[in-house]
Amino acid sequence: MSSTSNTSTHHTSTIGSIGAPSRRNTELALLVFAVAIPVFAYANVGLAINDQVPPGLLSYGCGLGLLAGVGHLAVRKFAPYADPLLLPLATLLNGLGLVAIWRLDQSKLLQSLPNYVTAAPRQLLYTAMGIGLFIVVLIFLKDHRVLQRYTYISMFCALILLLLPLVPGLGANIYGAKIWIRVPGLGSLQPGEFAKIILAVFFAGYLMVKRDALALASRRFMGLYLPRGRDLGPILVVWGISILILVFETDLGTSLLFFGMFVIMLYVATERTSWIVFGLLMSAAGAVGVASFEPHVQQRVQAWLDPMREYTLSQQGVFGHSEQSMQALWAFGSGGTLGSGLGQGHSELIRFAANSDFILATFGEELGLAGIMAILLLYGLIVERGVRTALAARDPFGKLLAVGLSGAFALQVFVVAGGVMGLIPLTGMTMPFLAYGGSSVIANWALIGILIRISDTARRPAPSPASNPDAEMTQVVRP
Amino acid sequence: MSELTLTVMRLGFLAVLWLFVIVAVQVIRSDLFGTRVTQRGSRRDAGRPQQTARQQAAPPQQRGQQSGGRQRRNAPTKLVVTEGTLTGTTVALQGQTITLGRAHDSTIVLDDDYASSRHARIYPDRDGQWIVEDLGSTNGTYLDRSRLTTPTPIPLGGPIRIGKTVIELRK
Repeated sequence: MSSTSNTSTHHTSTIGSIGAPSRRNTELALLVFAVAIPVFAYANVGLAINDQVPPGLLSYGCGLGLLAGVGHLAVRKFAPYADPLLLPLATLLNGLGLVAIWRLDQSKLLQSLPNYVTAAPRQLLYTAMGIGLFIVVLIFLKDHRVLQRYTYISMFCALILLLLPLVPGLGANIYGAKIWIRVPGLGSLQPGEFAKIILAVFFAGYLMVKRDALALASRRFMGLYLPRGRDLGPILVVWGISILILVFETDLGTSLLFFGMFVIMLYVATERTSWIVFGLLMSAAGAVGVASFEPHVQQRVQAWLDPMREYTLSQQGVFGHSEQSMQALWAFGSGGTLGSGLGQGHSELIRFAANSDFILATFGEELGLAGIMAILLLYGLIVERGVRTALAARDPFGKLLAVGLSGAFALQVFVVAGGVMGLIPLTGMTMPFLAYGGSSVIANWALIGILIRISDTARRPAPSPASNPDAEMTQVVRP
Repeated sequence: MSELTLTVMRLGFLAVLWLFVIVAVQVIRSDLFGTRVTQRGSRRDAGRPQQTARQQAAPPQQRGQQSGGRQRRNAPTKLVVTEGTLTGTTVALQGQTITLGRAHDSTIVLDDDYASSRHARIYPDRDGQWIVEDLGSTNGTYLDRSRLTTPTPIPLGGPIRIGKTVIELRK
């Protein structure tokens, strides 16, 4: 590996802020580590619950290892200069999620629920599909700048995906939030997860063209740059759409995710703090406004403010209330600092959605504060690598896209973790990679694929125009 | 399973999880510190085994052979963007041509309404002297206030202005 790059560096340039060109062997070592940890966890769960090493250990470990290995080979072949950390981090989170889902599958309580399905094999299938899409992205997206051509097409695609759950007959109202669609024969799908990526492409393409108007034409007032009235147009439109999502799909998370992503990208594109101030004010006003008349949102807010009351009402059998928020808080509390140990908690008491929306509670109880901190740090590292990629990228579109994708990823983690821990009202989104759910896992693998593609382009030594003899001979004709 | 084994496994798992986080941070750290080695490496011996050092160390040696050592002391090693949207971006100079413009395949992609798609290029001549040449751009390329009409040698630290972007060569 090093000998090939040695010969090629004579005629190439590298961005000075980044060191070694290819870190594929580092990635492989980390990947082996990232597969070993979930295997250890799997054995630990089996020993704790059934007093024996689970019989599926070998096949499960090999399955995850094979998927990770195929992903690694694809990166080696199609994106040799990519960031070495993104793939191992995503693999580790995905593996830990699989273990937690399998652990909840073992619970007798959850098995007795009416709509119980064995989730772990399905999640492994979704993971395989996700890594498949990841490889497809690496093979067919040779250069992320190609996406720039589809700026407005991607806007329409994203809007259609966002509106799909509202189509009668296709949309499905699951526990109050209308963010799913039912595809006959395939099951249900969360189009918002895919819209997140496509919308980031649109925002990046749009802001790259318009950012000068948004950044320069402004007046200074009390230390803030106030934009002109007509420049407020785009932010108002995105705000309006996210409010419509909140009203019609009654999902705070999706709404917050899209508006937040736009504000982050607007800030990065224009370097104006005023956009963040405007964004916060507008989202706060929008959320309070909608919460004043929408009953589902109201109920979520009340459950957030007083989870104990919600729990009591639910125990009394009042329809429409759920004990989950309180159960999740108890799970975190009983975990303490070091947790109860894998397989030894009682997070199955959360009942349905224990392995999807509330999966973080399982980790909180069984790994404790120490484990949750490590997991949140893993997410933080993914976001950090995304932002780092944006810094290293040499084209503005790539910078904005990388920031948008990692910002959306960070916001999603914040919205879900904040909801489960009681920091903000609970939403219907899922923890990327950890939670059970096909759309989430597949879409987030695609997101990692795009980030790896951008980081490969950013860290790749630039192909030298000088090596082409034609370039030297071309003369510019002047009058 | 005995209580003791499970406790050991529980703590062991947390330790392993944190070990992964620490290893990941170490990888990031090596990425960051690779930079410093790159910058200093140019003044030292060119044949250093480190991957990072050799990247920058090799070209000055190459250039030095061509120019008989005359250029070695004042040869710039990097191009720095000092103004404009790409401020802070650096590109190591390794004997290759650097193209500037709005075209997507430029070495430095300028996001600037006043830049042409193939605006200018910077390349070393046979003596290793870096030359800037305007490629027939609409708004021109300026070296220290004067508009370029012919390929011009770049002094160290001389500001080259293209639209809102200013770049300079540094040691």
